[in-house]
Amino acid sequence: MRLKLVPEGTSFDFFSKWKIWLGISALMMVVGLASFGLQGLNFGIDFRGGTTVRSESTVPIDVGQYRDAIAPLELGDISITEVFDPTFEEDQHVAMIRIQAQADGEAISGEMIQSLQAALDAVAPGIKFVSVESVGPKVSGELVQTAVLAVVLAIGAVLIYIWLRFEWQFALGAVVALVHDVVLTIGVFSELQIKFDLAIIAALLTIVGYSLNDTVVVFDRVRENLRRYKQKDLAEVLNLSINETLSRTVMTSVTTLLALISLYVLGGDVIRGFVFAMIWGVIVGTYSSIFVASTILLWLGVKRDWSKPSNTAGNQFANVDA
Amino acid sequence: MLQIDLWKRVLIWLVCVTGLLLALPNGFYTRVEQSNDAAAEIIAKGDSPERQEVVAQWPSYLPSSLVNLGLDLRGGAHLLAEVKVADVYAARMDALWPEVRDALRPERDTVGSFRRQQAPDGQIRLKISKPDGMSRALQILRGLANPITTLTGAGASDITVSGSGDLITVELSEAERLASDDRTVRQSLEIVRRRIDEVGTREPTIQRQGADRILIQVPGIGSASELKAIIGTTAQLTFNPVVGRGSDADASAGVGNKVIPSLDEPGTYYTVEAAPVVTGEQLVDAQPAFDQNGRPAVNFRFNTSGARKFGDYTAENIGSPFAIVLDDEVVSAPVIQSHIPGGSGIITGNFTIEESTHLAILLRAGALPAGLEFLEERTIGPELGQDSIDAGKVATIVAFIGVLVFMALSYGLFGIFANVALVLNVALIFGFLSLIGATLTLPGIAGIVLTVGMAVDANVLIFERIREELKAGRGPARAIDEGYSKALSAILDANVTTFITAVILFAMGSGPVRGFAITLGLGIMTSVFTAIFVTRLMIVMWFEHRRPKQIEV
Repeated sequence: MRLKLVPEGTSFDFFSKWKIWLGISALMMVVGLASFGLQGLNFGIDFRGGTTVRSESTVPIDVGQYRDAIAPLELGDISITEVFDPTFEEDQHVAMIRIQAQADGEAISGEMIQSLQAALDAVAPGIKFVSVESVGPKVSGELVQTAVLAVVLAIGAVLIYIWLRFEWQFALGAVVALVHDVVLTIGVFSELQIKFDLAIIAALLTIVGYSLNDTVVVFDRVRENLRRYKQKDLAEVLNLSINETLSRTVMTSVTTLLALISLYVLGGDVIRGFVFAMIWGVIVGTYSSIFVASTILLWLGVKRDWSKPSNTAGNQFANVDA
Repeated sequence: MLQIDLWKRVLIWLVCVTGLLLALPNGFYTRVEQSNDAAAEIIAKGDSPERQEVVAQWPSYLPSSLVNLGLDLRGGAHLLAEVKVADVYAARMDALWPEVRDALRPERDTVGSFRRQQAPDGQIRLKISKPDGMSRALQILRGLANPITTLTGAGASDITVSGSGDLITVELSEAERLASDDRTVRQSLEIVRRRIDEVGTREPTIQRQGADRILIQVPGIGSASELKAIIGTTAQLTFNPVVGRGSDADASAGVGNKVIPSLDEPGTYYTVEAAPVVTGEQLVDAQPAFDQNGRPAVNFRFNTSGARKFGDYTAENIGSPFAIVLDDEVVSAPVIQSHIPGGSGIITGNFTIEESTHLAILLRAGALPAGLEFLEERTIGPELGQDSIDAGKVATIVAFIGVLVFMALSYGLFGIFANVALVLNVALIFGFLSLIGATLTLPGIAGIVLTVGMAVDANVLIFERIREELKAGRGPARAIDEGYSKALSAILDANVTTFITAVILFAMGSGPVRGFAITLGLGIMTSVFTAIFVTRLMIVMWFEHRRPKQIEV
């Protein structure tokens, strides 16, 4: 007996309420963009410059005490957050301390870290700094540029690839779905104020890759079915193709999510934000390849007369299978 | 139908076995690492039974390349430094000033008296009292210019001299600035490398990044501040008279002498006078150049006091060798050909252009040519790295088991074929990573976990397709065959697009992002390989063996 997540031979109609789905997607994108515009992202030091210190101590953390201990050092804007994680030991208390970029433009100085450690040692004896990361404002600006460029380049490159392999309508559908995924991911990061650093950009690009993977599989089937069923109208062909690939879509999403969720739960807090972005991206990417990419394709229509006999019929090229 | 040539079968299994063998050392990480370290020590410091014993921990007939663990997994320090290339311009101009002065002095009659003026760094400005003599002054000063010896700057000279009214400005030419910047960064890189090698940590990464930056990653070091202290240490360059040369490290040196090894020739030792004639602090410049016969050589120049000492010493010791000593190692020991007045000289030898460039760099490596500004620094403690490795291991194993069970439940025997391919897939990724000496970072582990999830995708596509073909009433063999061939275009398109993003990540990203891109990209290649070739081969072999009338996927 086989485990089947999707019953055989489904025939869901994915487009009967396509306006609602597109509406929901558009609304979510607006919410995401609004949140991004109003609240902004919680940029990590990679993009903002500054220093983060990850401290570990056996004494429970009192953020207020930490703050009071650091205040005399006059380091400017400081944020302290306690980190909780199921993988921590009983007496392992971890805090992230973020210090704004200092005026002199360089990364942080060794003395500053030492004085910080001395100050905190008073409230939490035996405190250890397990990681200290510092990025100067000069680099952080460049990192933002590179990151944005990377995302734009990736989307542009796949646009061209799909255009070459399919038709431009497919490429446009896929890219709208991609933009949808990226916007929703940025939106969720801004709404929940999860730290947005370089690794999240990597996650974002992986989401682009994954979402595309899904979209391309559906489109590949659409292309095949368009050739096979020349009389059916586009909505029917799209529905058929999505239903035919549905079992695969769900299988792959589930296996990927299985792997990601285990990483989310057990992988430690250092990469949790990164993994969260990917989980979100897999869900959104799966949704968008059906409800956004295909719907856009339906909306744009596809030129279907390329399979009709052309004026090469009857000559020596007639039987060449293009 | 369902036929695979023997040579293809052999090739497929060969790739799998090679991948497994290459991945094997990573399963015994500590042991192999110790063995490799000991082998490196034997080369560096000589043989010893204890080291031999450690080397023997890992059989020599097995591959011994390991995946490098990134800083976030092993702990260590990361620095991104910008070389302040403009620092050099000022020093160059200051060093040029005596020459300018000496050149104009005999021409007092035409140019009148002259005086150096306040000027921005990197410029000499001087005022002459007889503006009529300007053209003569410019002519003389232009005579001080040297042709540039780099490929791109060929034909240009190193300084530009311009005059307006009674004011003369001397500065480095644009071409020379570019050449100078490049040299400065290369020298800094060389010095930093030498400094860090001295400390003897394992696998430091010291790379040039962009035009004027240096990336330094040192695993296992306590903190970035410690690393900065090491890089800041000054190298000692000295010029010492040579007393003798031999191959005995323990030769008695005599009073006031010392025995030091040669830098390039192992086993050669020089006995030199301990008191140097001149030191690197008195050296202002060393450049690759050519001698009268057009052979590569190195030009060097001392400051005034160094020049006097050097001139006196060379006049008295023509025909005897003197040693250029860097950090108690003899870089070279040329024979003094003639009296060298004026503080500049040329070191000739059997150099290639590369070697003379290298020597010039070494000569200047006495001190950092320009200041370093640290733009980015990260310290990751070893405990955090170990925690991340442990967490990553557990997560990967759980993810693995989850996917394996899920696939077996969903596709039965075919699912098990896919599972074998999945295990092979991860082994291949590790094998490749070890082979190319890539660095595994925490996001890299995430990339592998993601690959585990996505690697089954190709198989799922194929299996779903086979199911459809079976439902459409095809026989088992035909269904399998059709399933593979029809799923191919979807597999390729889907993976090529993901691969494109991996390539862009690799090209644009740095550090951890790059690590992620490598594992993702490799994972895509290996998963396509295992899906298209390995599972297919397994299914075909099973099919040939059993000849089932009916199959269930």
